[in-house]
Amino acid sequence: MAGYLLRRIIQALLILLGVTAITFILLYLLPADPARQIAGRSATAATVQSIRQQLGLDLPLWQQYLRYLGNLVQGDMGRSYIQRTEVASLVWSRLPATLLLMAGAIVCELVIGLGAGIIAAVRRGRPTDTAIMVASFLGVSAPQFVVGILLLYVFAVQLGWFPIGGYGTFAHLVLPSLTLGILGGGWYSRMTRSSMVDVLRQDYIRTARAKGATGGRIVLVHALRNAVLPLIAMIGLDVGIFMSGAVVVESVFGWPGIGQLTWQAIQQVDIPVIMGVTLTAALFIVLGNLLADLIAPLADPRIKLR
Amino acid sequence: MEDLTVSFAGRDEPGRRTGQRANVLEGVGFTLAIGAIVGLVGESGCGKSVTAMSILRLLPSPPSRVERGRVLFEGVDLLTLDEGAMRDMRGNRVGMIFQEPMTSLNPTFTVGWQIDEALRLHTPLGRKERHQRCLELLRLVGIGAPERRLAQYPHELSGGLRQRIMIAMALACEPRLLVADEPTTALDVTIQAQILDLLAGIRERLGMAILLITHDLGVVAEYCDEVVVMYAGRVIETAPVRPLFANPRHPYTAGLLASMPKLDGGRGMLPTIPGMVPSPGSRPVGCPFTDRCPNALPRCRTEMPPLEIGPDRHAFACWNPVR
Repeated sequence: MAGYLLRRIIQALLILLGVTAITFILLYLLPADPARQIAGRSATAATVQSIRQQLGLDLPLWQQYLRYLGNLVQGDMGRSYIQRTEVASLVWSRLPATLLLMAGAIVCELVIGLGAGIIAAVRRGRPTDTAIMVASFLGVSAPQFVVGILLLYVFAVQLGWFPIGGYGTFAHLVLPSLTLGILGGGWYSRMTRSSMVDVLRQDYIRTARAKGATGGRIVLVHALRNAVLPLIAMIGLDVGIFMSGAVVVESVFGWPGIGQLTWQAIQQVDIPVIMGVTLTAALFIVLGNLLADLIAPLADPRIKLR
Repeated sequence: MEDLTVSFAGRDEPGRRTGQRANVLEGVGFTLAIGAIVGLVGESGCGKSVTAMSILRLLPSPPSRVERGRVLFEGVDLLTLDEGAMRDMRGNRVGMIFQEPMTSLNPTFTVGWQIDEALRLHTPLGRKERHQRCLELLRLVGIGAPERRLAQYPHELSGGLRQRIMIAMALACEPRLLVADEPTTALDVTIQAQILDLLAGIRERLGMAILLITHDLGVVAEYCDEVVVMYAGRVIETAPVRPLFANPRHPYTAGLLASMPKLDGGRGMLPTIPGMVPSPGSRPVGCPFTDRCPNALPRCRTEMPPLEIGPDRHAFACWNPVR
């Protein structure tokens, strides 16, 4: 177990190193000139040049990269070109909102996806199943902003149950979580249905029936335990996706998360911030997957971590 | 069991429902005495397993449907019970074990949990008492180090051990009837004998009846008191073991017995029964065995012979039986 963890951590570090290298090269290739951007339109060529030197932008790529890595190892992710603050503290200040939305979204996804998927599997081939599968297809294919604005219009504007946007209370969390939950729930319900249908055909389900277990018990205890494995891996992926991928929902609901920070940074070619959020997202994707792999043996004892 | 007839919805090649139904069981009936072991034999597809599953009503419906008949258990027709009353029977009064011990246990729960569940569902016993009972059950089915075994998962056990666990689970509530659907088919020969000896021994101790479904006539001769021979969804011959083996009357039974290898049989090819079992959708009007039967008469093609009981409780359905 300790050996397994050690190996996974080394792997994770290598992945993160790769991510920094690729992002760095891609950003270097951008035609935008950050020094010119910082200096402003009216700045003289001399000013731009001095800024360039100050930031080390005149150095060759590999020297710039090594400098970045050197700082990173010491916990320094650099400074934002635009906001003139530490990237680390920018990311850190956005983290709580992002983690909160992530948790809310995953809970919604699971409730919607598992519930719908289980019902569809039990009612396989009947109208309920078809209706749920059509609904899940709509959920999967609807754009984030359409679902978000629709929920906002119905539940915030018309019914007034939830605030229109912002951050702070539980009520603020509901609609953005639900938006992401409806979209992700579409995927989860399809996956739950197919793995559940497969499990319900197994011999041990017949054994459970022959033992006198009730239908609900068979589905929720005997079958579900066997059907959740693919879902655990998917939650692991979602942790990474929601880290940076909730940009649209964050904009619609004015949620001050990392997604918005990323969007601003990209618009302003704020390279240190882009690097920072990319690295953070990669870190969470790696962590999410590690966590999923660690949880898997609890659901299925046949899986051994080696 | 009386006149049990079960049909399945037909499906065409791509799997669409055709709207036609075919009777997979046709008027199946037999009796199981208290404490008896009755062997249900026949080729693959003759309806043995469907018969077994019908007792506990485990067939999926749709596509299956009981057309007529009764399954009387201690005076109660199981087919008329509501779902709740039926659940009280399953695993409690009637236990069942299956052919595939490798896939019949849930891979995500310990075997202890799975045996314990039968007790939780049907008895008022507390946690400690149930644990004691589980240990007792493992000893009953001949598993050593029961304390350790209870904590193991099915994938950590061999096929023979898993089948013993299945038996322990089925016996947890001391059922009056154990339905064993080819319990040893998936096991190797030495383990087969151990499991069957175990079942016979438990029958003696607990006095329950066993319906042993098998296609192995050797097993029947050794362990059963009575035999029910099925062919194409019907019972075609039934008798106590000795008269049936000594003097089979139905040509199909005679053919089955003749195709068994014998120690003193000398060299040469084993006799076989030519032809194939007709599928449920294409069974003829008369006796379904006619096309393969050496004794067939013109009458066999037009009229199904009734199952008539003769002396010795020996019954067979044939117009021109073997003498």
